[in-house]
Amino acid sequence: MIDLSNVSKTFTLHNQGSAVIEVLSDVSLTVAPGECVALTGASGAGKSTLMRMIYGNYRAQSGVIRVGGVDLAQAEPREIIRLRREVLGYVSQFLRVVPRVPTLDVVAEPLRAVGVGSDEARTRAKELLAQLNIPERLWSLSPTTFSGGEQQRVNIARGFAHPYPAMLLDEPTASLDAANREVVLSLIEAAKARGAAIIGIFHDEAARARVCDREIDVSRFTPGLSSGSEAVERYNESAA
Amino acid sequence: MTPSSEYNFAYLDEQTKRMIRRAILKGLAIPGYQVPFASREMPMPYGWGTGGVQVSAAVLTPDDRFKVIDQGADDTTNAVSIRTFFERTAGVATTTATPEATVIQTRHRIPEVPLTEGQILVYQVPIPEPLRFLEPRESETRKMHSLEEYGLMHVKLYEDISRHGHIATSYAYPVKVEARYVMDPSPIPKFDNPKLGDCPAIQLFGAGREQRIYALPPYTQVVSLDFEDHPFEASKADHPCGLCGAEDSYLDEVIVDDSGGRMFVCSDTDYCEGRQAAGHRGKDLGGKDAA
Amino acid sequence: MTPLLSVQGITKRYGAHIGCADVSFDLYPGEVMGIVGESGSGKSTLLNCMAGHLRPDAGSVVFDTRGHGPRDTVTMSEPERRMLGRTDWAFVHQHARDGLRMGVSAGGNVGERLMAVGARHYGDIRDKAVDWLERVEIDAGRVDDRPTTFSGGMQQRLQIARNLVTGPRLVFMDEPTGGLDVSVQARLLDLLRGLVRDMGLSAIIVTHDLAVVRLLADRLMVMKDGLVVENGLTDQVLDDPQHAYTQLLVSSVLQV
Repeated sequence: MIDLSNVSKTFTLHNQGSAVIEVLSDVSLTVAPGECVALTGASGAGKSTLMRMIYGNYRAQSGVIRVGGVDLAQAEPREIIRLRREVLGYVSQFLRVVPRVPTLDVVAEPLRAVGVGSDEARTRAKELLAQLNIPERLWSLSPTTFSGGEQQRVNIARGFAHPYPAMLLDEPTASLDAANREVVLSLIEAAKARGAAIIGIFHDEAARARVCDREIDVSRFTPGLSSGSEAVERYNESAA
Repeated sequence: MTPSSEYNFAYLDEQTKRMIRRAILKGLAIPGYQVPFASREMPMPYGWGTGGVQVSAAVLTPDDRFKVIDQGADDTTNAVSIRTFFERTAGVATTTATPEATVIQTRHRIPEVPLTEGQILVYQVPIPEPLRFLEPRESETRKMHSLEEYGLMHVKLYEDISRHGHIATSYAYPVKVEARYVMDPSPIPKFDNPKLGDCPAIQLFGAGREQRIYALPPYTQVVSLDFEDHPFEASKADHPCGLCGAEDSYLDEVIVDDSGGRMFVCSDTDYCEGRQAAGHRGKDLGGKDAA
Repeated sequence: MTPLLSVQGITKRYGAHIGCADVSFDLYPGEVMGIVGESGSGKSTLLNCMAGHLRPDAGSVVFDTRGHGPRDTVTMSEPERRMLGRTDWAFVHQHARDGLRMGVSAGGNVGERLMAVGARHYGDIRDKAVDWLERVEIDAGRVDDRPTTFSGGMQQRLQIARNLVTGPRLVFMDEPTGGLDVSVQARLLDLLRGLVRDMGLSAIIVTHDLAVVRLLADRLMVMKDGLVVENGLTDQVLDDPQHAYTQLLVSSVLQV
């Protein structure tokens, strides 16, 4: 389902003396339907960068990134958008939404985008929000004012609204209490059971052990974990 | 009265009259289309009928019999002075009787007596552009005419209905000519609009300040714009004439004293006098035609 | 799939000065494209060339018309191009007063495009106008009020209703949220997103506001000195900019 071969990534910082930073080189990996793979490695190893490349958010310098038959390294924007709408889900660590839109609509939006009717989409959104213990009185409010943990759960509800065949999860259990962590892990297990191919970053080792079938240490794709990596992390943060 | 020898026939020089006649012919060839012409300074202020006077000057021949009406009346200052002007500069015969006239210059009315073939009705036009009040750019309105983009004209009628519940435009009511050009019929009451179409006489429109001439040849199709659910209606005051008892003519409301007394009388003085001469009497003359 | 709009080599010069040069791209049905760049980068010139307001010196703007398939709108007759402007195209101006008739009621403003394509039933026109006012969240009770009595955000929403009432397929927007309060902007952006999704609209949005394109545009074109320096998926261009100018642009945005 997700298939990377010989993928590499460099950043060229034109406004900082045209410094060229090599982040990843020669990444090859495959994730099958129903499989969950964890990306591991020290901070700065390029886990998030790799995930963003698979999502088409970062551009690959070379190689092939194939998800559901589409090569994200070469695809036209509209193909990537269709892929993201129908095939490839992404739960990032940060919630980015239009201000003032009610939480219920934020969660229902991925379903509306694939043509699900307004009522049906909202029903599904309500189920997920209830499951993730977001109090009903908050559903009509914009999530921009919520606490970090609440925002993270809204983000997860949104990410799991549509049954994507492929999913990318960036720290889905971070900043969650035990009960909600359990809900998220069961959502991941359910996604696996229906055949989703999943790539995740988990600092939570117990969670990783429970849902992941294998681990890939990203630092082995990192050309000489050198002074460059900190600059990249900084760069990544400013871009996010 | 003899023509003053200092003036060319009908005041304007022959070159100017030729130029105006060319504009008139072009206007007749393209009914409803506004033809630009080089309007001349006339010995009267703008707004007093300089456009109409130039058109009349261009069409008058020594054999014509000339009539001038202002709001239907032959005896107002404006009508009298224009009639006198052509008596003195062209020496043409004049009349107040509509059927006897060959050229009639008018401000804001069409005579009640139906016009006939061979007659010419010359309108004085203050603002020839019907789209002006919604689209002030002349470059744009010209383009709209040439491309037949007339949606805006209905916006004006839409606004009327939304504000008043009906189309409240009661004069200068826009018309479409031969299913092509939208035309301002000059500020005639919309009561007169049905007389514009299928008329045996030639109708010429002159706007002096705006330098435009347009025309309706005899028997032209003229349709007043409207909505399917708000059709055009030619309306008038719901009274008979107080002097001649006519129920089919356009009426002026006249205030007769300081205590709110008023009467309704035909705006077409010739028509009213003709009926009175034939023995009709309205209620203000104690006649039996009184309602 | 046939592109809805195919722009090839659009060039516009103002004397020796270049407005925009050799711009080419395809826009597909349902796509929303943002064009960003600083003042004078040529983005508005390009927009006006595409929308038929300016005649380009070179290039073609091929639109997939309903009746006759792909047609070059630069060389088509003016009546045809103006007809497109009233039916399949819409143009949302930065300043609502440029896109509205300020002396005409809200209902008349919305109804104008309907009347321009031949609607002659007052009741139907008014019903449609009311429906559209509600869709852009303007109280139906304001249908007879003039836009001069509306707030800036309401005027902008009225302009959008007026443009969308004939069900266009392509909307050109020139800084649609410029000059509005931040809170009003957010509501307008949400409204536009919903309309674009529900009507399957394609749109080209010119703006200098990167937050606006991030929320509205699927893809992004970055212009500098009349040239396209970078284009691609919106979040890719903003998060992983390749060109020096784009990197500068992205890093210059103040973080809140």
